[in-house]
Amino acid sequence: MKQIFWTFVTLLSHWRRRPGNFFALFVGLAIATALWSGVQALNAQARKSYDRAASVFSGGGAQSLVPTSGATIPQELFVKLRLAGWKVSPALEATVLVRGTPFQLIGVEPLTLPRGGQLGGLVDGGDFSAFFAPPGQVIAPPEVLRDLGAKDGDRIALDTGKSLPPLRSSAQAPPGLLTVDIGVAQTLLGRPGQMSRLILRQPPDNDAPSLASVVGNALRLLPAGEEEADLKRLTESFHLNLTAFGLLAFLVGLFIVHAAFGLAFEQRLGMVRTLRAVGVSTRALAAALFGEVALLALVAGGFGVAAGFWLASALLPNVAASLDALYGARVAGGLTLDPTWLLSGLGIALVGALVAAAGGLAKALRLPILAAAQPFAWRQAQQVFMRRRAWLALLAFGAAFAAYLWGDSLYTGFAALAGLLFGAALLLPVLLSAALRLGESFSSAPLVNWFWADSRQQLPGLALALTALLLAFATNVGVGGMVEGFRQTFAHWLDERLAAEVYYEAAGAPEARRIEAWLATRPEVLAVLPSARTSVRLSGWPTEIFGMTPHETFRAHFPMIDQAPDAWEALQRGDGALISEQLARRLKLGLGSSLDLPTASGIWRVKVGGVFPDYGNPRGQARIDIDALTRHWPDAPRVSYGLRVAPQETPRLIAAMQAEFGEKIVRIADQAAIKKISTRIFEHTFAVTTALNTLTLVVSAIALLASLTTLGDTRLAQVAPVWASGVSRRRLAQLEFLRVLALTAATAVLAVPLGLGLSWCLVAVVNVQAFGWRLPFEIFPWQWAEILALALLTAAIASIAPILRFVRTTPAQLARIFANER
Amino acid sequence: MTDAATRDDARKPAQVEAPLLRVSRLNKSYPTPQGPVAVLKGVDLTLARGESVALMGESGSGKSTLLHLVGGLDQADDGEIVIDGVDVTWLSDTGRAALRRETLAVVFQQFNLIPSLNLQANVAFQARLAGRFDPAWTDELIHRLKLQDLLERYPEQLSGGQQQRAAIGRALAVRPRLLLADEPTGNLDEATADDFMALALDVVAATGCAFLMVTHSERLAARLQRQVRLSAGQVRLSAGVINQP
Amino acid sequence: MSAKWIFFAALAFTSPALAQGYAGLGDDAGGFERVVPGKPLVFPQDFGAHPKFRTEWWYVTANLTDETGASYGVQWTLFRQASAPGEERQGWANQNVWMGHAAVTSASEHLFAETFARGGVGQAGVTAQPFRAWIDDWNFSAQDNAPPDSGLSRVKLSASGENFRYAFDLVADGPLVRQGDNGFSLKSDDGRASYYFSQPFYKIAGVLTLRGKEIKLSGRAWMDREWSTQYLAASQKGWDWFSLHFSGGEKLMLFRMRDTSGRDFRSGTWISADGATQKLDRDDIALTPLEQTPVAGRSVPTRWRLQVKSRGLDVETAPLNAASFMATSFPYWEGPIAFHGSQQGKGYLEMTGY
Ligand SMILES: Nc1ncnc2c1ncn2[C@@H]1O[C@H](COP(=O)(O)OP(=O)(O)O)[C@@H](O)[C@H]1O
Ligand SMILES: [Mg+2]
Repeated sequence: MKQIFWTFVTLLSHWRRRPGNFFALFVGLAIATALWSGVQALNAQARKSYDRAASVFSGGGAQSLVPTSGATIPQELFVKLRLAGWKVSPALEATVLVRGTPFQLIGVEPLTLPRGGQLGGLVDGGDFSAFFAPPGQVIAPPEVLRDLGAKDGDRIALDTGKSLPPLRSSAQAPPGLLTVDIGVAQTLLGRPGQMSRLILRQPPDNDAPSLASVVGNALRLLPAGEEEADLKRLTESFHLNLTAFGLLAFLVGLFIVHAAFGLAFEQRLGMVRTLRAVGVSTRALAAALFGEVALLALVAGGFGVAAGFWLASALLPNVAASLDALYGARVAGGLTLDPTWLLSGLGIALVGALVAAAGGLAKALRLPILAAAQPFAWRQAQQVFMRRRAWLALLAFGAAFAAYLWGDSLYTGFAALAGLLFGAALLLPVLLSAALRLGESFSSAPLVNWFWADSRQQLPGLALALTALLLAFATNVGVGGMVEGFRQTFAHWLDERLAAEVYYEAAGAPEARRIEAWLATRPEVLAVLPSARTSVRLSGWPTEIFGMTPHETFRAHFPMIDQAPDAWEALQRGDGALISEQLARRLKLGLGSSLDLPTASGIWRVKVGGVFPDYGNPRGQARIDIDALTRHWPDAPRVSYGLRVAPQETPRLIAAMQAEFGEKIVRIADQAAIKKISTRIFEHTFAVTTALNTLTLVVSAIALLASLTTLGDTRLAQVAPVWASGVSRRRLAQLEFLRVLALTAATAVLAVPLGLGLSWCLVAVVNVQAFGWRLPFEIFPWQWAEILALALLTAAIASIAPILRFVRTTPAQLARIFANER
Repeated sequence: MTDAATRDDARKPAQVEAPLLRVSRLNKSYPTPQGPVAVLKGVDLTLARGESVALMGESGSGKSTLLHLVGGLDQADDGEIVIDGVDVTWLSDTGRAALRRETLAVVFQQFNLIPSLNLQANVAFQARLAGRFDPAWTDELIHRLKLQDLLERYPEQLSGGQQQRAAIGRALAVRPRLLLADEPTGNLDEATADDFMALALDVVAATGCAFLMVTHSERLAARLQRQVRLSAGQVRLSAGVINQP
Repeated sequence: MSAKWIFFAALAFTSPALAQGYAGLGDDAGGFERVVPGKPLVFPQDFGAHPKFRTEWWYVTANLTDETGASYGVQWTLFRQASAPGEERQGWANQNVWMGHAAVTSASEHLFAETFARGGVGQAGVTAQPFRAWIDDWNFSAQDNAPPDSGLSRVKLSASGENFRYAFDLVADGPLVRQGDNGFSLKSDDGRASYYFSQPFYKIAGVLTLRGKEIKLSGRAWMDREWSTQYLAASQKGWDWFSLHFSGGEKLMLFRMRDTSGRDFRSGTWISADGATQKLDRDDIALTPLEQTPVAGRSVPTRWRLQVKSRGLDVETAPLNAASFMATSFPYWEGPIAFHGSQQGKGYLEMTGY
């Protein structure tokens, strides 16, 4: 034990002497752990929120009854069911806008709500009568109050002009939800007597009357967990993306750790020999070495976990916003510290450190005591190493290609991506080395020649950092290209898709008819385009059937990926459908395929006449003629409309409609408002991507700094003879700086093709697998210039400290390199 | 007396001419945690052109320090170093770099060669740097030093003796007026050291430069024209025997 | 749990914490109508709800036996509580909250259920003619074939809960009985009171399904109707209430409001077999607990000695099941009893605030 202790202490003394090395190790491990555990925390938080969201309605396995078609059902059905012995509770859900920001509003009836469920416990301790007696109350989690910029007791105005009841903050409130009494919700949403769901407290008794005997087929029993499963399935790809990013960052961090450990072991070979020579057993040495790794892992990992928590808290708002916008999945805003997450963070740090240190550990333990202290024959080793790398790179590229060719899932998509990145990472030093050799052979001036030769010699030491940079740059090029490409495509697509100028929804079918009649008298209204929708499941996948009017407007503008010449005619006839790209891909449908739609009265077969892009929709969509829809789903309410109006008339028309119909119009918005909301949804998603992207870049910059710092000591011995031969320190420093710049720039240049490959993989493989839609592949050369500039900046920043250190080296220190006692 | 006079006379022309190196009252101290430690306390030393001198002394007596100061590797605290009539004591960093490049050359006990260059490039390096690369002379040096079969090798692929021979070659390729060597044989066994010395003295003679060498070996020191000893921070001229080469 | 306050409000008299919390309920009519003496009860209107008063209930208890002679008890209760006075508002804005309790007791089991409803939407309510009181699928209402003006005399009663379900027909073979002073029932010395009438003369028969097993039952039932606005004095912490069916056909209602001052308020009504009533005063009545039973973490007196001096009554009661505890949002003890002594028969005991 004593032996292990003293060996341990001796080993640790190294780090005091080499703070740079320690810094690299610490930062690498801490950052790797931080990024990894940060992403894990985000994912865990999201999953926990899904469960919490699900328990809004369930709790102890409660189920939901939802409208078979249409969005709402009259609440008489609730009373009917209660009087028939069904323990159901009504709810009305809808999105409301507050200053253009969407919030989810839910109206519940607290007395009948399942007690085990989340809302059941919510009003607990509170005052029921305050909740449902006028004006009522809005119960919301603190983060929603924060988003609203409101405090307890405030009354917030909706964009419709109506005011919410006073707010009450509750930490137990379901994430992202504004909870109100059902009566309040009906009034706020202009849906008196309507509900969107019934929550079933417990499965009905066997002797209770059947659902159909009470309400006909107006309601459908949603199996327990189906919604959660949907939510999880829909969001899975998002989380996988996040995890992939986290993993990438973790690996970049491990590169640093590996480099730092490698150097530390190399530098301590003499120490290890001496220790062994004075009688330290291999076992004690092993214990001490492992102890050292574990200690470092715990200290750095601890910092990393803390930083990860902070990182996750910082990213959470955007993650939550994009999950909400994309999938309607609500994530609580307050991150909670979970001990298992903490432990797993430390665990991953330990595992990562052990993996990164494995090589060095093995070498130190197998070291013969009496080996001649000959310098490491790096030149031969490097050649073998390079050749092996080149082969491995080829192998990785091959695997990537195979995964692309034969794979058909998000996982193989990521495998292809990983193969590409891995291969490139392996190949980078080979390519750089070849380039430097080329430079060397073309230069005759001694200092220039030395510059090339010396850069090549330094390559192994810098390779890991440069590889990290390559990955970061490539990711930046790739993700940047994808995001920008999407932004442009999406903006264009929105323009086309939102052909009508005004969109509104009537409170009910009779109101809709009255509004339609009124609009017919308005000269500025060029066309009234009603739509209706219902939900079905196609191969278990939630799909929306959308009834539209095959008006000229759509024929001219509706964006299509592929369409048969008679697509619109077939739609109008009622036997043709347009399907979304997602639906086409998932069900493997193409033009002319038949699609069976389950209606209340049996299967209805339609022919696919066109495929249209439907960016960002996690569900499938099939568009059919509105009259055909009403025929097959008579219950689907025809309450949504688009209006063609001269743009300058739009505001006046909206005002006139609101004045005329008031609450009979549930929602009304112009094109611009809808575009704004849609665009913001994607900005949130990309904000997360960009943040992780930037962090990866920062990590690689740190890797570079760390590598340069660790190389600093060895560097002196390499540079001293040049200095002794009469090259000033200033000149040498300039060359050092230039070298780092050149290597980084070369890496950045190599990152461009890799980034393009990555971008292509993302838009054509990963995105298709993850979301079901493909983006056009576009190239943005100005982004590359940005990356290059960024690369040079990174290099400059990373090399400043080590180079300053070099410049500050006194001649005496340099001269001592040669001193005999050394 | 006669002997001494003869020796004095023999040197007279050199002394009449300005000496190649004149070090006067040189002081150098190093900062240590316990305060500055004076290593050189008023060192005086003169080297005539073409003269070879062995600098001896106990380990830690300041031999390397003196050599570093003379070689423009470090800065003295006080005193004067004149090389070939030029006062180099207070040269700037760049000035000292030029001095190292063009006027003198240094061979150390180790780390003389640039690890990223092969032997040929190493030998030519300083000469090229100084713009004085002479292929014929370099070739001659390489042959005299018996390095012709090792040109493509890199430093870590050479034995200690080979490395030191290459170091001498590199140093003399620039045709310096003064060659400084700090225990060049310190890492070599006796036989290799003797070999090295023979070749080194040969090429030094061929170059015609002055040679100041730090060594612990009386035997090697005896092969130089003069021996001086450094102790207590000062040079005491050694009356040591002069062996004819 | 979350509905706790309702019970507080509805039965605020028994829980000490609640009595304090809802002190306003006792002290102040708060815009609700007050219970005053001398106001005659009007039928059938008074069968229905009285939304101008804060609280009311429809309360049925029955003592039953199966074909083997084994005893059972059944309870059916509907409470109404208004959160605000004034005209009844339509739809979800309605002020009334309804609560139903149902229970079945045998010598070995006591099962109960609880359900809540908001007024205004039809999930629960009471109509006077034809009489119908309901919450969810629980009903206490006129039989389908009963004449429209039969009032409460031919009714059916049904409820269900976990592991039980019952459906009974009830037929009254005596008149309605006005408690207290012609229906004005005083509860405290400072004038708190309720309007209170009963139908103690029900013959009841039907089927109880207990854990899937159908049991034919018949016996006697008792209905209480009571509504009030200020029921409870701050010092009153609970009550003990007895309804007794004598084997000779007479009935007796007794209660005492337990007061922290030690001066309990006692009252009762002696009902002869033809429905004639005699109001019993405090000093005429003696209620003496004989035996405590630990139940649901508290100690409840389950055996009593009941005395009515003016009638020479002196009996001891025993519960059918001492664990007849209603662990509902607001917990209380309610179960069938049998009594022996100067008289004998069966009845129901309700104890709150223990
Ligand atoms: N950079 C330095 N900092 C502090 N002390 C030094 C430094 N270099 C040399 N010394 C000290 O100066 C003294 C002379 O050193 P050196 O000239 O190397 O001796 P020598 O070469 O004669 O063995 C020694 O005591 C040594 O420890
Ligand atoms: Mg020395």
